[in-house]
Amino acid sequence: MKILVCISHVPDTTSKINFTEGDTKFDTNGVQFVINPNDEFGLTRAMWFKEKQGAHVTVVNVGGAETEPTLRKALAIGADGAIRVNTAATDGFSVAKQLANVVKNGGYDLVIAGRESIDYNGGMVPGMIAGLIDANFVNNCISLEIDGDTAKAIREIDGGKETLSTSLPLVIGGQKGLVQESDLRIPNMRGIMMARQKPLTILEPVDANNETTSVKFEKPAPKGAVKLVSPDNLDELINLLHNEAKVI
Amino acid sequence: MSVLVYTESEQGKFKKTAFEVASYAKAVADQLGTTVTAITINANDTSELGNYGVDKVLNVSNTQLDMFNAKGYAEAIQQAAEQEASKIIILSSSANSKYLAPLLAVRLNAGYASNVINAPSSTSPFTVKRTAFTNKAFEMTTINTDVKIVGVSNNSFGLVEKSGDASAEDFSPVISDLGVKVESIDKASNKVSIADAEIVVSGGRGLKGPENWGMVEELASVLGAATACSKPVSDLGWRPHGEHVGQTGKPVAANLYIAIGISGAIQHLAGINASKVKVVINSDADAPFFKAADYGVVGDAFTVVPELIEKLKAFKAQQ
Repeated sequence: MKILVCISHVPDTTSKINFTEGDTKFDTNGVQFVINPNDEFGLTRAMWFKEKQGAHVTVVNVGGAETEPTLRKALAIGADGAIRVNTAATDGFSVAKQLANVVKNGGYDLVIAGRESIDYNGGMVPGMIAGLIDANFVNNCISLEIDGDTAKAIREIDGGKETLSTSLPLVIGGQKGLVQESDLRIPNMRGIMMARQKPLTILEPVDANNETTSVKFEKPAPKGAVKLVSPDNLDELINLLHNEAKVI
Repeated sequence: MSVLVYTESEQGKFKKTAFEVASYAKAVADQLGTTVTAITINANDTSELGNYGVDKVLNVSNTQLDMFNAKGYAEAIQQAAEQEASKIIILSSSANSKYLAPLLAVRLNAGYASNVINAPSSTSPFTVKRTAFTNKAFEMTTINTDVKIVGVSNNSFGLVEKSGDASAEDFSPVISDLGVKVESIDKASNKVSIADAEIVVSGGRGLKGPENWGMVEELASVLGAATACSKPVSDLGWRPHGEHVGQTGKPVAANLYIAIGISGAIQHLAGINASKVKVVINSDADAPFFKAADYGVVGDAFTVVPELIEKLKAFKAQQ
């Protein structure tokens, strides 16, 4: 089985978010970049398939040279090879077109992408890849078993979960639950050394217009001070929620 | 060229978000000087949509689509958009709508903006405000394509009632092989889901163990709220993953978010920032969550919450 894991290069979850150039660009100054957490669950599941069932795992990212440390980390975790599509990721649809091109040319049976990246939260790339290559698609995937060409998946729905059956080729939008958090891997020294020897292929992008353009960013208005209510006066809290905030 | 809105239903009945996206579609149609057409899939009674600005309803009745299927639903909406020559398609931010929207975008070669919180600031270029960086910022996005898809964030636009009648007609899209089959659904039918909830009551490690969740559920029950939890709680297995709220869990955009025994890590705050009013109950006066809260109670959850439940019951009885 050939698996492609899409890796988004995102600011660490604890990052302070700031903007530059008149609030038009994300300020990367002092920000540490990591594998998108939703993709990390997918990468770990791919490693499980590789180790338990036999699979060849390639990781892919659309981005400039600055994203290569993130791909090298994925190689150190155990991916067999990496591809970087050499263009800035500025729009979900155009990223999906680049990734779909990689899938078409690589003959992958299973494509694992995170349900969304934690920076732009567009939530569109996995579904668009599936649409572009006409593959089956399961979003919000929290469990995946493959047997030959058939797949059984569980996805999270609003207020519960749903068990699905489908077949390869398949694209999933994965998330927390796909593997246990405790099973996520930190690269060890041997993995880091081996990653240096693994192939990292740079592909030039295909033509793909930006269907959306990020014009400007804003940060939420500063919050006023909290109104503290004494635990001995909870009637006051109910009064505030009813008469001031008007939410109950 | 009407604005097309997909109004979601469950077991034949519209979800509240259906009326919210209809209200949003009406606002966009007013900006463009056009009408609103809704597409419904296996909904029982569509008359209510007229009260939220819908002019015409396309009713799909199709047993193939009894269970949600992203591909099949995207096909139906695509064909409705083509029939109506709609250039703007509005959906909600439910898990199902976010599942089908990218497939629809490919079918229509349409730019898609998700998590949109305001009516367009401009229709030419078509520019919307959406949340990004897991609610730590907003992004103004322009959709450049001829056909545009907008996913409206739940509880962001609200309901705008207008008295009106919507005409209804049957619509029979051609549905191809669905590709993915639903084997079973595991959903608590009597519980409010986090995505639909106007109020969310959430517990953290301060509650000390799963055996203490009874009071969280009781408080949620009194308020008609959904229950949620912080990441450590779901990691410890005290509560299911589906209740985990935060950057890697579910985002919450409720009108009221009550956090009990949650200190307020940056990843948790990112997940709940879009909520309008936040109440924090915590025994640690230095918990970072108090800086993000509107109202706070510094006190022991095991005495504050039961007392709050009793007082809320009395308050509700008087309403």
